[in-house]
Amino acid sequence: MNNFIDYKLIELGQWTVGLFNDYPVVQILVHLLLATLPLTLVFMGAFGFSTWLERKGLARIQNRLGPNRVGIFGLLQPLADGIKMLLKEDIVPDRSDKLFHFLAPVMLMVPAFIAVGFLPLGDGLMALPMDSAILFFFAVGSLNTIAVFMAGWSSRNKYSLLGGMRAVAQMISYEIPLVLSAVAVIMFSGSLNAQEIVASQQIQSWLASGNLVKEFFGQILGWHIFKPWGFAGFIFFFVAALAEANRSPFDLPEADSEIIAGHLTEYSGFKYAIFFMAEYISAFAIAGIATTLFLGGWSGPVIAGLPWFIIKMFSLFAVMIWIRGTLPRLRVDQLMGYAWKFLLPLAILNIFVAGFYYFAEQQFGSLAAFIGGWVIGFGILQTAAKGLSRLNKSPTLDGKRVYQLVE
Amino acid sequence: MPARGYHLSKDELGADILEVAMGPHHPSTHGVFRMDLKLDGETVVDLKPIFGYLHRNHEKLAEDIPYLGCMPFTDRLDYLCGMTNNWAFALSAEQLIEIEIPERAQYIRVICAELTRLINHCLLVGFFINDLGALGTPLLYALREREKILDLFETLSGARMMVNYMRFGGVRCDLPDGWLQECERIVGRFPAFLDEYETLLKDNEIVITRSQNVGVLTQEEATNFSITGPMLRASGVNYDIRKVDKYGIYDRFDFKVPIGAHGDCYDRFMVRMLEMRESIKILKQAIADIPEGPIMGNEPRVFKPDPQETYGRIESPKGELGFYLIADGTTNPYRYKVRPPSFVNLTALRHMCIGHKVADAVIILGSIDIVLGEVDR
Repeated sequence: MNNFIDYKLIELGQWTVGLFNDYPVVQILVHLLLATLPLTLVFMGAFGFSTWLERKGLARIQNRLGPNRVGIFGLLQPLADGIKMLLKEDIVPDRSDKLFHFLAPVMLMVPAFIAVGFLPLGDGLMALPMDSAILFFFAVGSLNTIAVFMAGWSSRNKYSLLGGMRAVAQMISYEIPLVLSAVAVIMFSGSLNAQEIVASQQIQSWLASGNLVKEFFGQILGWHIFKPWGFAGFIFFFVAALAEANRSPFDLPEADSEIIAGHLTEYSGFKYAIFFMAEYISAFAIAGIATTLFLGGWSGPVIAGLPWFIIKMFSLFAVMIWIRGTLPRLRVDQLMGYAWKFLLPLAILNIFVAGFYYFAEQQFGSLAAFIGGWVIGFGILQTAAKGLSRLNKSPTLDGKRVYQLVE
Repeated sequence: MPARGYHLSKDELGADILEVAMGPHHPSTHGVFRMDLKLDGETVVDLKPIFGYLHRNHEKLAEDIPYLGCMPFTDRLDYLCGMTNNWAFALSAEQLIEIEIPERAQYIRVICAELTRLINHCLLVGFFINDLGALGTPLLYALREREKILDLFETLSGARMMVNYMRFGGVRCDLPDGWLQECERIVGRFPAFLDEYETLLKDNEIVITRSQNVGVLTQEEATNFSITGPMLRASGVNYDIRKVDKYGIYDRFDFKVPIGAHGDCYDRFMVRMLEMRESIKILKQAIADIPEGPIMGNEPRVFKPDPQETYGRIESPKGELGFYLIADGTTNPYRYKVRPPSFVNLTALRHMCIGHKVADAVIILGSIDIVLGEVDR
């Protein structure tokens, strides 16, 4: 019985709803509240923690200490930041479009929280259980483009405008490889339902076998990332997700060394904090969906369910922090070229590889498909990637150079 | 309908041109520098550099005080390289009065100047990668190394940046006990840092795609713009004043000059990386050879040179730093003119930026290596 945490939480919820059996109207409200409130609070808390994690992680990468004044290890720093942000003056530029300037952070935050609702946090733990959850996730996730452009346009600041323009170009371009790499998983699982996608990554016959070793590995070995197309798809998905979430090295809309803070330039005080929160929540959401699609969702040995989901999501987030502390930023034309000329063709090819893998599994059994897939399928993908990068190589770059040393 | 508040003009096709005043308060203009950009989408179609926000009347100020009194002001020119500024001024004033400089002082000057070059180049590389968008990780590594050298300067002169260390005819005070050993230790460990830095940056795909063939300055253009320093050598011109003039005692050291072939941002960055290795070679030789002896020639503190003109120049980390002095027989200079390398190198900015993207304009500016204290004076 290893998803007991999930079941206990569900039982708790059912018990709470049961208390209001005599008042059907109140019961519906309580039901709704139970679905949304914990999610909001948990992810707000996770946001606070992740700002701390990011600052601390970046600081360690950069040979600094990071926040260490407020609370032990600076853990209360997010709280202090929150209070500071609340107390700050909210400056609205004189000639800005005031309504849209106000609406933009809200527009960004609402879809971010809705997107989180589609995450299967555990067995049966899903705020918005829906058969087409994945589709809805991507639909809602693409709304933030509008919000970012709204912020950029309404601020009446040229840097904001440039940031907004970059954001639109970037997010629309990367949406396509993002969804296409998810398509492979959806095709393989045969469902848009997030829970069924997770279930497809568990080896059900092993789980039911009653053998402890088989149960242990049945929770791991089925993850799509261990399949050739899943591994490639995960990389495409993660790269596109970095761009979707405006994370480095694709943080062009808020490139601080070029356009100051892009669409955030004219935001201060709590509106800025809301922007920040929405971006982190979207980053969580996208890390969560990557977990669901490729890393087996909440499945995992010993304590399957919520804990594993959180561990995986935060690990992906930590990788994002790591990348942020390491890589320089791409230029806007290179960014677009990378999406259209490299990621997109490979993501499409990956769908075919996944299709053939599925077919091979039906025909020759999973072991043969696994080995053949890694040898042939991954080989094809790798060759294609090499060919594409050679094809796209700019003639003006010569890579490594040798320098003369003269007297 | 363009939004209110934008100054828009049209290009020849009738499309809107966006004018952006980048700076003087901007995260990556390296101080209070301003670039008025005209953008067609993201592409720079025109650029106007505007500076003078940090003007401090440096040259006129010097005319009212004795020669020696100008020495502390030179620290504030390029505030990252106080030592080389001191040396350049001392060199040109020494040409007025023709005094002997003791051996030991010559060696100390070389050591200080090369340490300054290390500081400047590793910071420049850090800021350059920061402009590329790497969120300061390489920059903070560079600052860590700079800190060690600044500590050396602090024990030597009492100040970390505003050193005011050189004097006409020598240096202000002798090396403290154990300073040379400490210096040797730091210099000995520096190559390890450079290796770390190079593995991090040199072959990085993004650094290469961002900086190769961006902001190209050909050999001919570089000479016509009278560019000096690492930027000129990145364009393929073998011109290092340490080799050309052999001022001080640079003829005694065995070192080479790295030359780039393309004159783009990547070459400028790599030439600086390689120059640091050459500086380490010079430092090791100087530390091994430094003799005992006096550190000052015996010249009066206030002197009245004969009416004459002089121009002394050195290879500062940023390029040719020259001081042009006119003496009129009094204790003060009649005219005191600085030839700041970063100001002259900045003149090529517009030429290099046009046709590139906004993001490139930022890294091209970063690769020039300007310090506004020196540009504006």
